[in-house]
Amino acid sequence: MAPGATAAAVEVDHLRVVRGGRVVLPDLSVTVPAGQVVGLLGPSGGGKTTLMRAVVGVQVVESGTVTVLGEPAGSPGLRSRVGYVTQAPSIYDDLTVRENVRFFARMVGADTASAEEAIAAVDLESHAGVLAGRLSGGQRSRVSLASALVNHPELLVLDEPTVGLDPVLRRDLWRLFHQLAAAGTSMLVSSHVMDEAARCERLLLLREGRLLADEPLPALLERTGAVDAETAFLSLIDAAEKEAAS
Amino acid sequence: MSVHRTLVVTARVLRQLRTDHRTIALMLLVPVVLMGLLAWIYNGTPVFDHIGPALLGVFPFVVMFIVTSVATLRERTSGTLERLMTTPMAKTDLMIGYALAFGLMAVLQAVVASAFAIYVCGLDLAGPVWVLVVVAVADAVLGTALGLLASGFARTEFQAVQFMPAFVLPQFLLCGLLVARDQLPQVLQPFSDALPLSYAVDAMNEVAAAADPLGQVGPDLVVIAAWIVASLLLGSLTLRRRTA
Repeated sequence: MAPGATAAAVEVDHLRVVRGGRVVLPDLSVTVPAGQVVGLLGPSGGGKTTLMRAVVGVQVVESGTVTVLGEPAGSPGLRSRVGYVTQAPSIYDDLTVRENVRFFARMVGADTASAEEAIAAVDLESHAGVLAGRLSGGQRSRVSLASALVNHPELLVLDEPTVGLDPVLRRDLWRLFHQLAAAGTSMLVSSHVMDEAARCERLLLLREGRLLADEPLPALLERTGAVDAETAFLSLIDAAEKEAAS
Repeated sequence: MSVHRTLVVTARVLRQLRTDHRTIALMLLVPVVLMGLLAWIYNGTPVFDHIGPALLGVFPFVVMFIVTSVATLRERTSGTLERLMTTPMAKTDLMIGYALAFGLMAVLQAVVASAFAIYVCGLDLAGPVWVLVVVAVADAVLGTALGLLASGFARTEFQAVQFMPAFVLPQFLLCGLLVARDQLPQVLQPFSDALPLSYAVDAMNEVAAAADPLGQVGPDLVVIAAWIVASLLLGSLTLRRRTA
């Protein structure tokens, strides 16, 4: 078992995904440990969203297996155990914040109190009665996040949850992610902002559908001799490109 | 399938409509204005009594078709459908939830349009008013069900709106309103016999002509109901948990 890894929340084995005639993930194998905040990083178009869609079971897969919490991804039994937040906020603009969160709560069998708790967790209590369409982009993505928190899923898959947020809110959200992980939730969080790597317990670097790194940040820095995540990733990407050219 | 989740979807769709006053006004007023215009342009002739009931079935059908196909397409394009597909919701929960919500709007619309046609425009009916309302509601729910089905084949709002002429106008031409169904060219008659709007218009004409039309209207309603169920089932097949 790789250093720092515990029991697996997600096991991806020889996953191959083709979207629109383009091979997005040629042959990906990776394990996401349970109870940690795992960062999925890399340039856009590298396959991060596709991998997340495969994990939550909405992606058509060509071959390979994805096992989530011990069951095949997308099995009916997982639908109340896995929470998914898409990159674009998937909420109803013509409903208020509270109506949105309560709707998704009812769909997964959570109660009104859990909806209020989730709204508080993303710091939107003061806007609970406002139509989602009137909110800023960052606020809308927090409504989307709250809607996934309502039933305390065992695995949370978050696609770029901090895009467009100011530094204070970003810090608060990462704090929330770590609280959730400390309480036993497994977190798979994607980002294309490299400085967020420092906030993850383990990093997966995905570029052109291939895994360039799968380790905690200190191990990555040591391996590449870089001072920060960004430099480390750039050196790995350069090395991969050189290898592809030769 | 879960009755609870179906009703949660229905309540949510109605709640969304509540904030959209203009759509509600369009749904309720457009058929009224059209009936009014029709009565006016045929003022003093028997034509309004002749085609008024049939159109009372056609207007709610068309309006509900458009509203439903656009609303469900929005669910697909906003990402909320993908999110719902990761929850325990069954596909039929969503379809029936939508059908119930818009079906309720359809009842309101049918009642308002029928009342206006009869009491304001003086539409002359041989049959009882309540049968007319029942048929109008069935036609509106049929529009809802076909709209749900059509939205499954549309990728953009532009396409969804274009589906209206594609799904609705051929039925309109063949339903017996322009040329009586038995006078249609032989090749077209089977199509006219298969399409649901033909039965909607037949039923309306029977209410207008017969004092006790139930015996004739009943079989028409059965055909319409079969189309509603088939469209909802086919529509739920176009929803996919996994997409490319």
